[in-house]
Amino acid sequence: MLNTNPTKDVVSAITAADTATPVPSPAEGSHNILESRSKTGVRPRQRAIRRYMAGLAGVAVAVVVFQLLPLTGIVSQETFPTASEDFTALIAALGTSVFWAALGDTLLGWAIALLIAVAVAVPLGVAIGAFAALDWASKILIEFLRPIPSVSLIPLAVLVFGISQTSAVFLAVFGSVWPILVHTIYGVKSVDPVATDTGKSFGFGRFSRLRLITLPSALPYIATGLRISAAISLVLIITAGLVIGSPGLGKQIALAQQSASYASMYGLILATGLLGWAANSGLEAVERRVLKWHTSHRATGNES
Amino acid sequence: MKTTRTLPLVVQAGAPALAIGIWAVWSSAAGSIYFPPLTKILEAFQQTWLFDRFASDLLPSIIRVGLGYGIGCLTGVILGFILGRTQFLRDMTAPVLHFARALPAPALLPFMMVVFGLGDGMKIGLIAFGTFFPVLLSTLDGVRSVEPTYLDAAKSYGISRRDRIFRVLLPASLPQIMAGMRTSLALALILIVISEMVASTSGIGYFVLQAQRTYQLPEMWGAMLLLGLLGITFNAVFVLVERRSLRWYHGSRVTADQQ
Repeated sequence: MLNTNPTKDVVSAITAADTATPVPSPAEGSHNILESRSKTGVRPRQRAIRRYMAGLAGVAVAVVVFQLLPLTGIVSQETFPTASEDFTALIAALGTSVFWAALGDTLLGWAIALLIAVAVAVPLGVAIGAFAALDWASKILIEFLRPIPSVSLIPLAVLVFGISQTSAVFLAVFGSVWPILVHTIYGVKSVDPVATDTGKSFGFGRFSRLRLITLPSALPYIATGLRISAAISLVLIITAGLVIGSPGLGKQIALAQQSASYASMYGLILATGLLGWAANSGLEAVERRVLKWHTSHRATGNES
Repeated sequence: MKTTRTLPLVVQAGAPALAIGIWAVWSSAAGSIYFPPLTKILEAFQQTWLFDRFASDLLPSIIRVGLGYGIGCLTGVILGFILGRTQFLRDMTAPVLHFARALPAPALLPFMMVVFGLGDGMKIGLIAFGTFFPVLLSTLDGVRSVEPTYLDAAKSYGISRRDRIFRVLLPASLPQIMAGMRTSLALALILIVISEMVASTSGIGYFVLQAQRTYQLPEMWGAMLLLGLLGITFNAVFVLVERRSLRWYHGSRVTADQQ
């Protein structure tokens, strides 16, 4: 029998649009905003293939532009080698132990800085979020210390720690602590009070409630803070290498620039970009696996 | 009860005051050359920046970062709108944009130095470049997440295309755009400082590194203090502007939370 009730479809279409919340969820940043909405009449597989091809075409255009730009003389070829020259330089660098040592230094510094930042910011954030007195005490301090650009501490770091990995880690820790701290505080404060009240009425003590209810609920927020901090930490480690000369990819880029090996310089910048991209994708994948159970990551957010 | 209302305020104001007090006492007592007494730092700060080096160093820095940030935000928003409305362009540029977002902006400083030299233009260009990508991506996010019902309703009311963009799309995507601009602000400050440290003969970044190299430690700390103040001021101004322009958004969220 034909569907002779068009009004019902209209109503359901409107209510479906209504439940789409404009408030960003903590996991929002991890989905691919460049993906298309579903179009009727085109099968998903065809759409995916079309998207992939378009992306490839985009990359091809970019490479062609970078290849032609120096050749046509718009920019000097000495200071802006063609894409092929940069790639060859990068491949050549991959064969040297210097590159891998530098990569290792960068990764190590980045990981250590992130670990320290988490070890400092998460307990502090949980304490501040859970205890009002601490919240009051830290409010203004955080508001004032947070916007300070971490690079302004470079002179101090150089004086105290010299040109070493420690300066880079110091800088990166200072910059990465704040997003984790702020997101942890926000996450702890956003715990559903019904859940904590239920825990209280079941006889759970304060610390048990923190450990079993508050912390897991706040995990997506902490994860978002961690993702932001990971990016900031990498930026600061590279910056320290560039400006101070602490060991790592940043230092190699600066060395290449100073010795006028421009093709290597571009190749190294490319490598740095790939590193950042791999780190970001890796963290997103881990976050998706570990937080599969949380409501913000479930496919259909049906709130009844 | 009076005590429960004033106690939070007392603690909020008291804690930072206590922290500053501890810093002042400790730095005078410790006698370390790396950490000069707070009084000396404040003295050096007043001598250097009020108003001796104001025009020669502070103003150029502010102008460079302001111009770079403005250009980057404007181009980011415009391109974000264009990309947000065209699915094909989005698909094409997706991998390149993801890569550009992941690339740490300071890594581009040597590139800019080599190709564009060491002038003001290079610095402004670098800041604009670094600002452009976060703003572009969050504008995209904002434009994509606008409720299609808003646009359909506007279309069926016969609202012109220009008005649809400026009076429906733009305000609706403003929260996301603002979030991107905030990230970009932090990045812009980082970029101006390091570009002045590495490739400049004027500016706060240049001064602070010079002071460190010549072991003028109170002046160095004074400049670091200035940089911190700059960061705080820019952030405060940004929050004010954001709060004013997103009044309707914050209001609607408060209502939604209360329900």
